[in-house]
Amino acid sequence: MAIERGDIELAGVCKSFDGVTNVVDGVNLKIADGAYCCFIGPSGCGKTTILRMIAGHEDPSAGEIVIGGQNVVGLAPVQRRTAMMFQSYALFPHLTVRDNIAFALRVRGMSRGDRLRAADAMIEKVRLTSFADRLPAQLSGGQQQRVALARAAITEPRVLLLDEPLSALDEQLRVQMRQELRRMQRELGITFIHVTHTQLEAIALADLVVVMEHGKIKQAGAARDVYAHPHDRYVAEFMGGQNVLSGRVEKVNGASFTLAQAASDGIEVPLQARAKVSIGDQVDIAVRRDDIALVRPGQALPEGCATSLPSRVLAIEYQGYFVKVMLDTVPDDEFVAYVPERTFFADPLTVGDVVMATWATCSARPLAQRSVAQREF
Amino acid sequence: MQPSASPAQTSPRANLAGWLYVSPLVLVLVPFFVAPILVVLAASFFATDGFGGLTPGFTLASYVEILHSALTLKLYLATIKFTVLTWVFTLIIGFFVAYFLVFHVRNQLLAIGLFLLCTVPFWTSNIIRMISWIPLLGKEGLINQALLALGVIRQPLEVLLFSDLAVVIAYVHQLTIFMIVPIFNSMARIDKKLIEAAIDAGASRFDIMRLIVVPMSKSGIALGTIFVVSIVMGDFFVVKVMSGGGSASVVSAFYEDVGVLQYPNAAASAVLLTLVLVAIVSLILRTVDIRREITS
Repeated sequence: MAIERGDIELAGVCKSFDGVTNVVDGVNLKIADGAYCCFIGPSGCGKTTILRMIAGHEDPSAGEIVIGGQNVVGLAPVQRRTAMMFQSYALFPHLTVRDNIAFALRVRGMSRGDRLRAADAMIEKVRLTSFADRLPAQLSGGQQQRVALARAAITEPRVLLLDEPLSALDEQLRVQMRQELRRMQRELGITFIHVTHTQLEAIALADLVVVMEHGKIKQAGAARDVYAHPHDRYVAEFMGGQNVLSGRVEKVNGASFTLAQAASDGIEVPLQARAKVSIGDQVDIAVRRDDIALVRPGQALPEGCATSLPSRVLAIEYQGYFVKVMLDTVPDDEFVAYVPERTFFADPLTVGDVVMATWATCSARPLAQRSVAQREF
Repeated sequence: MQPSASPAQTSPRANLAGWLYVSPLVLVLVPFFVAPILVVLAASFFATDGFGGLTPGFTLASYVEILHSALTLKLYLATIKFTVLTWVFTLIIGFFVAYFLVFHVRNQLLAIGLFLLCTVPFWTSNIIRMISWIPLLGKEGLINQALLALGVIRQPLEVLLFSDLAVVIAYVHQLTIFMIVPIFNSMARIDKKLIEAAIDAGASRFDIMRLIVVPMSKSGIALGTIFVVSIVMGDFFVVKVMSGGGSASVVSAFYEDVGVLQYPNAAASAVLLTLVLVAIVSLILRTVDIRREITS
């Protein structure tokens, strides 16, 4: 009966609150035992609802949720061996740090001495020993977060569910707490499922990043896969770091095809094995922002670059180790180049300058079309 | 209430504005509250000729008489009995009504509707509400008739009306709302996520009530307690009507004193009762930090 492993499988999970629209719409996903999984998507995409269904605070309208090989739909949170860390923490305001952490043991009938000893051990693990007798209101945001983490972890769950755990913290603390979460996850050796709407947080932490939109999974994979090889336009734009261009296929020649552009010669894109394009198709492609090189008109293009698009500099933002240059390369869509700081200042551009935006042909990647993407998941 | 600005830092102008803000309340409280209390306090030290005539002066005779009288103790015991019984029943009913409204009625509009429903009895006067118990509890009342018809009893029950039982029933009926309102108020402020967090930790419904809801409703309970205790202890009318004159309370006794023109005695009793009430209220405030409820 007891669930020993923390691997999770979602099979055809749907959730509807009003019986008409599905907030979560047929989600299939496997999460390995001991993995750090991040659900990411804009608010209202159903990521928190999935989390709450895994936790047992919400029942799916359809589908199965399997934890450690057992279908847990209908079981209470305790029986699932999951623990949840709530957004804004939901610490009991009338209980001290120690009593908050010992709460789950108290309601399980553990004797006072035993549970306080266990709580103190956990308090030490999250480095709050000198705050054990304080009330939550007397703690800083980061300390409250650690109490919440300790309170969730004390029952030795197999799966820890974190609902936007870092959103209440300021930027600096967020980075620090991010590391702490990862450390705790490694130390406890259990599955963490973390819901966030911050891309950086997801790719910094997760073994498995799950990008969601409108209750559906758009892409699930390793952080690097999702960031560097976005499946479609939505994922590319949501994860950031990519320029997305679209156009009609002009010609297909063996290993590459050419995308027609109004103002220039067209964009050459390498063809991937599985992709099939024919002349006249409307295709989205992605090029990483840090793969873009900017050259002055008339200068020679770097090696391997077949495409160059004339652009005007719209704005420049200094970011420290790189400079963000915004261009009007394509109408309607954002086009940005991340130029390494030293390269930029070797020949600084100013707003209004005309440059050629170019990239190595092999760094352009065709994206799945929207309709295709939706059929796939 | 304002923790800021010590008098030294306050400009005369700000000071004046402060006084202007409180002046309406002062204008009401001084003539209608402070002055009568001072009059009563003064009267309690006066001597009397026994026929309503007061001799200004300072004598503790009235206090000595009251404190030496066995009747005083009896009256206080009777009053405290009513108070405790009323408090227990209003607390239990009030707590569970509030709990139901806050945690079990999902639809907020419905919760507010039901909450307003609790106030419906207050649309009629206190006297009518009391009188309306008579057809229910009386010798020929509904309850007696029903019990007779069912064969549970052969003789009509006399204890239902004009008894201590009737007094407590009337009090509970009148005062439960004073428990519901503050408890509802403090419960409504409990973040529902706390309940979820408790469920997540494996708490049962009873655990949640015992460990989360009750401690977090403490200030509401204290506020309700103050209302109920001070109203019951300061009341004579319900006791008089519902006990049919069979029971007495502290206030009904000094109401009788007034009736027979024993003004200093009545005044001294009133002062004593006020002191007792102040002591009880400060005891409640000492156990529960009620400020949070009022200010936050």
